[in-house]
Amino acid sequence: MFAWIAGIVLLLAKIGVILAVVLVVAAYLVWVERKLLARMQVRRGPNRAGKFGLLQPVADAVKLLTKEDTVPAEADRTIFLLAPAVVALTALLMFAVVPFGPPLTLWGRQVPMVIADLNVGLLFIFALSSLGVYGVALGGWAANSKFSLLGGIRGAAQMISYELALGLSLVPVVILAGSFSLVDIVAAQSRVPFVLVQPIACAIFFIAAVAEIKRIPFDLPEAENELGAGFHMEYSGMRFGLFFIGEYVHMQVLGALVAVFFLGGWHGPLLPGPVWLLLKMMLVCLVLIWIRGTLPRLRYDQLMALGWKVLVPAALVNILLTGMIVLL
Amino acid sequence: MEDPNDHEEKSPPVKAQKPGETSALEALKALGAGFATTLRHLWRKPVTEEYPEYRRTLPERSRARIVLTRDPDGGERCVACYLCSGVCPVSCISMQAAEMPDGRRYAAWFRINFARCIYCGLCEEACPTAAIQLTPDFENIQRDILKLVFEKEDLLVDGCGKDKTYNFYRWAGVATAAGGKGAHEREAPPVRVRSNLP
Repeated sequence: MFAWIAGIVLLLAKIGVILAVVLVVAAYLVWVERKLLARMQVRRGPNRAGKFGLLQPVADAVKLLTKEDTVPAEADRTIFLLAPAVVALTALLMFAVVPFGPPLTLWGRQVPMVIADLNVGLLFIFALSSLGVYGVALGGWAANSKFSLLGGIRGAAQMISYELALGLSLVPVVILAGSFSLVDIVAAQSRVPFVLVQPIACAIFFIAAVAEIKRIPFDLPEAENELGAGFHMEYSGMRFGLFFIGEYVHMQVLGALVAVFFLGGWHGPLLPGPVWLLLKMMLVCLVLIWIRGTLPRLRYDQLMALGWKVLVPAALVNILLTGMIVLL
Repeated sequence: MEDPNDHEEKSPPVKAQKPGETSALEALKALGAGFATTLRHLWRKPVTEEYPEYRRTLPERSRARIVLTRDPDGGERCVACYLCSGVCPVSCISMQAAEMPDGRRYAAWFRINFARCIYCGLCEEACPTAAIQLTPDFENIQRDILKLVFEKEDLLVDGCGKDKTYNFYRWAGVATAAGGKGAHEREAPPVRVRSNLP
């Protein structure tokens, strides 16, 4: 009985810590992005709200909370209210299977440093990213606006196409690790991170994941200067804030997944496991910001051609090669 | 069989490309060049001019806040001729003409609504007496919109503005305190007809 309660408390503690860290990092990731993008464009970022603009996320939160909450006249109210929640939820839930350190020993018990060590962790992640498509499609549909609908349709099609490449690029990782569980995948990289063994898979996974989270160069669904904000155009105030934070949580999820699948997870000398995971996650986020500052947007047909005609065949060939090499 | 004395340049076989198409390697190199450029820019000093701490010097004839000037002899230049309010594209000027005992016209009241003023300068171009002029002072912010309506007291300045010498009533053909008949600029005194008679 006592063990059961202790288990629940520990679980809640882990969930609390991860949620807190992810949400705070998401808020300050916005700050980092704005400052870094500004410096790459030879200008300063926000520097008026607090020293170096560090209170800018707080100012933005206050602004979003005090804005008028509009729902378009003919919009489907329930779905309109649910769509941002779906997006944010699927992004946050992916953190449930990410291992953030070696198992700790507390009071004689082994405490795994992961919220849920599913033995099908990888499939759980794919399931969640597929559910994330719902958020985009529903958000675009429910707003009862042509631009939103176009953005939502493009977003849904883009995400579905790139999920194929995403999944296929991870098959070699599963082959090498011998398990779908993320804990086992990280454990299999204790000596050599998979990026050295599977560089092509890493590249395909990274590109497909950037397309999944609809970042530049794949951000036509939200195309700020073309589609007038696309599928989240009709959202104001904190609902938009939820989409916005959802995008930055997604960036962190991508960072964490790249770290777990290819960069060795929490392995690393000297510093504790969670710190290494955080560092690797931030490294991926910095690369994402760098890409945003450099590349132009892909046109929609170029985007789909890349997903179907380049990434999927490359991933399939990679699987074949890996299989051959493993068997030999 | 290759002739060792053959000094002709043999270029490596070039892959037949349509003009305008880039090879994958070129594309990758271009991508790398792009990333290197943005990375280099991280180390450049930002060109941002931080506004309240640094104020850029405006060009000399920058048009912003309107003032009513005086002539070199200290009188008000504005003769309330309504030309400026007539030309104003947003109808932000209004006034009421009045006349002093000596015949000089002036504005009993003169009002400019700076919430509407677009700083176009047409009033300055239209004014016949060089009274209304635009200055480069653009920082007129008020929280209450009614505080942006400026009356004559707020607009009148003690100087001559951009035209340091012009006094309308020294040229005009009316007799006022500034000059009687024959006493104006470039005006000869009136001819005494009877002095011409033999």
